[in-house]
Amino acid sequence: MPTPTLRFLSTLLAQGKASSVELCQDYLDRIRRLNPALNAFITVDPDRTLVEAVAADALRASGRGDVLTGVPIAHKDLFCTEGWLTTCGSRMLAGFVSPYDAHVIRQCKTMGMPSLGKTNMDEFAMGSSNETSHFGPVKNPWDHARVPGGSSGGSAACVAADMAPAATGSDTGGSIRQPAALCGITGLKPTYGMVSRYGMIAFASSLDQGGPMARTAEDCGLLLNVMAGFDERDSTSLQREKEDYTRDLDKPLAGLKIGLPREFFGEGLTGDIAKAVEEAITQYRRLGAETVEVGLPNSRLSVAAYYVLAPAEASSNLSRFDGVRYGYRTPDYTDLLDMYEKTRAEGFGEEVKRRILIGTYVLSHGYYDAYYIQAQKLRRLIASDFRAAFRDCDVILGPTTPGTAFRLGERIQDPVQMYLTDIYTIAVNLAGLPGMSLPCGFDGQGLPIGMQLIGDYFGEARILNVAHQYQRVTDWHQRRPEGL
Amino acid sequence: MQWETVIGLEIHAQLTTRSKIFSGASTAFGAAPNTQACQVDLALPGVLPVLNRGAVERAIKFGLAIGARLNRTNVFARKNYFYPDLPKGYQISQFELPIVEGGSIDIQVGGAVKTIRLTRAHLEEDAGKSLHEDFHGMSGIDLNRAGTPLLEIVSEPDMRSAKEAVAYAKALHTLVTWIGICDGNMQEGSFRMDANVSVRPKGQAEFGTRREIKNLNSFRFLEQAIDYEVRWQIERIEDGHEIQQATVLFDPDTGETRMMRTKEDAHDYRYFPDPDLLPVKLDETLIADTQAHMPELPQARQARYKTEFGLSTYDAASLTSSRAMADYFEAVATALPKPDPKLAANWVMGDLTAALNKVEMDLDDSPITAPLLAKLLARIQDGTLSGKLAKQVFEVMWGEGGEPDAIIEARGLKQMSDSGELEAIIDEVLAANAKLVEEYRAGKEKAFNALVGRVMQATRGKANPAQVNELLRARLAG
Repeated sequence: MPTPTLRFLSTLLAQGKASSVELCQDYLDRIRRLNPALNAFITVDPDRTLVEAVAADALRASGRGDVLTGVPIAHKDLFCTEGWLTTCGSRMLAGFVSPYDAHVIRQCKTMGMPSLGKTNMDEFAMGSSNETSHFGPVKNPWDHARVPGGSSGGSAACVAADMAPAATGSDTGGSIRQPAALCGITGLKPTYGMVSRYGMIAFASSLDQGGPMARTAEDCGLLLNVMAGFDERDSTSLQREKEDYTRDLDKPLAGLKIGLPREFFGEGLTGDIAKAVEEAITQYRRLGAETVEVGLPNSRLSVAAYYVLAPAEASSNLSRFDGVRYGYRTPDYTDLLDMYEKTRAEGFGEEVKRRILIGTYVLSHGYYDAYYIQAQKLRRLIASDFRAAFRDCDVILGPTTPGTAFRLGERIQDPVQMYLTDIYTIAVNLAGLPGMSLPCGFDGQGLPIGMQLIGDYFGEARILNVAHQYQRVTDWHQRRPEGL
Repeated sequence: MQWETVIGLEIHAQLTTRSKIFSGASTAFGAAPNTQACQVDLALPGVLPVLNRGAVERAIKFGLAIGARLNRTNVFARKNYFYPDLPKGYQISQFELPIVEGGSIDIQVGGAVKTIRLTRAHLEEDAGKSLHEDFHGMSGIDLNRAGTPLLEIVSEPDMRSAKEAVAYAKALHTLVTWIGICDGNMQEGSFRMDANVSVRPKGQAEFGTRREIKNLNSFRFLEQAIDYEVRWQIERIEDGHEIQQATVLFDPDTGETRMMRTKEDAHDYRYFPDPDLLPVKLDETLIADTQAHMPELPQARQARYKTEFGLSTYDAASLTSSRAMADYFEAVATALPKPDPKLAANWVMGDLTAALNKVEMDLDDSPITAPLLAKLLARIQDGTLSGKLAKQVFEVMWGEGGEPDAIIEARGLKQMSDSGELEAIIDEVLAANAKLVEEYRAGKEKAFNALVGRVMQATRGKANPAQVNELLRARLAG
């Protein structure tokens, strides 16, 4: 069977060779078989999925369907879904059923894309390995002893293991791109403001952005067409004309200028990744692209800036989880303060608490100027580096991660090592640019390697084009883990 | 030692938008608990605020009305603290860049005009309500009020007495209702005052340590609370204590203030710009439009009533205590056949206000509209009614409704204008009161007044008193 891409499934449905119910049934069977070992899903509800599939088939039969009508999808468990559990990977929301749909969910429902379930994730999207989930870690389908990356680890693993043809993810510092790289799939973080954040449980509001995770660049484009668009309920949503992100997929790359940031190719990059990215560059030259060296001198400060700004926003965003109105509440307490303290102590995991503490500290009287304001200044410097670089090139290319999938438990006790996992991805969030990861090889242990393409603002169609042209002449994205 | 009081006020004016400042839920008062709280107000996971433009427009209007600077870019910030009626765990407010800065308002105390400077006015959302009774040891939370738009108006510490503070608060209350940005309903909490109070030896330049009296919802309480607080602070200092910076509450039952918290347990609110909301950019066209449509403001009207209508400062101030009253007065004054603003002023401030106050009615609901009152006063001007008869007609208009002319006709309340008829009555009265006539002739002016009274009685009040005077004097002299 060919790679079950969204495009392929859409064709099957259009030609009447399969119904949405049949497709969903197949995926649900596979989930039933594989999920116990991989733990990619927190919630699966076959009855709900099939009800949505029946409706999708009817929509398609009525002639009012669109490309992806009937194609199933999995959703990261931070998108609020009416009637489904929405846990955000936390004990705090372990029993929370949202009374409303996130904008992204609504968009997918309107398209008639049945939901296969809610995918596992680092708690409140804070983590790079999926080990901070209250519901246990996700296993990397390529090696069950290794992490899938995070925070969208469940979404990446379920696509890599063919438990879903695509999934939604969210990316605050690399949470789509890093797990995409570690699981050998393709994932896109759009320009900040392209995808509404309404109903996407906030981690760091100024950095969070939802995006597609799938097998191919083309699929990411198709799914982004569904997810993106102005939403008046999100004040940071961009008011732009609706566009087709797949419109430029087939454009030849002759004359394309690829920027290679010297800071991304220095020390810290392991041999296999350096080699795979070099080979991809060679491939691009064969496709007619030119390369230019660019500088992103301030990008080395991005991890530091990020770990001030993201926790600051998170410390405030997570204040609503207080046990008063919904979610976890400690069973025994003596008064209000005791209730708050125990609820939050018991409801949040270690990493979330660490970041709330950091965030509270950097916003405190007397420290705000030294940390928060300084970090905002760095953020502007980082963004202006990119602006300067894009004067010399069309897209920027580099590795997505400094290493391939690491072992479960290997870094969880060492937050700083864990944070450095996102060293190449974080600057993109700070600048608000679109970035994607796509497979470009394997290391000596057979683990996937991802390369990152960064576009200028609103350059989604451009980087999807650049990625698609690469995927036309390579098959890394079609490789599947053995034994599944 | 002579002490000087220093007062600054922070006033929360609830804005008149129909929906909340960051959500579409209704702001109407008095609904069943939690029926006017939508998913945004409840702070469900994933929800986001969207700024209500109407709140910004009202803040602009206020800024222009007090001659303040409007910050073309202003920023919403999060004020972080935990409380059950604060659903997000932070209040969205403005901190470093408020929408309005500076400006001033004039007050009158004891005949003198004083200018009170404003520091700033910023937009923010209200919290919900915690209800501590009726829940058997637990607390109830009502989030209907959560997200209601407020303009927090902060003054400079420019007031030197409780009287000045009350005058300022009243002037501000008049202004915000006058320009229609706040309904001013103090019972419903639409206008709430916090007073920062300190004392210092007269002549000292530095301020004393202040205590903040929270949440005063009437002008009377404001005055009582400040007066008590000032006495308390002076006594403490004279007893050799130092004032600790603190927040206090006023208890209307005891008339005392009591400590809520000291500076030591003050929150660190960890303000930072709200990343869910973009900086607010004020549109120049909107500002120009708002300025162009600004109603004539109370101070301008007061001045005009003095110059154009020749009213006293007191009358002008009273008539401009609300826009409704000023508009009513002006409608009456300009409808009179012969210009007599003082007549209109006396009736509006006198009989009409008294009648309204008696039943605690708003001017807008008055059964006697301005055109009707003007018709009544026109009958005084043309001599049909005496003042006394006019009052009787007014009573009927108030109680039963109707046009003055119809009432005059139906009840025969027309003033006697036939001097022959009146002269005959006067003759009868003189004949029946020979003793009074004697006394008058002996030089007792009081006797004359008594005779006027008798004539009026005999005409059942329908005679024109001026005419009675005139005819009576002529007859007695004759």
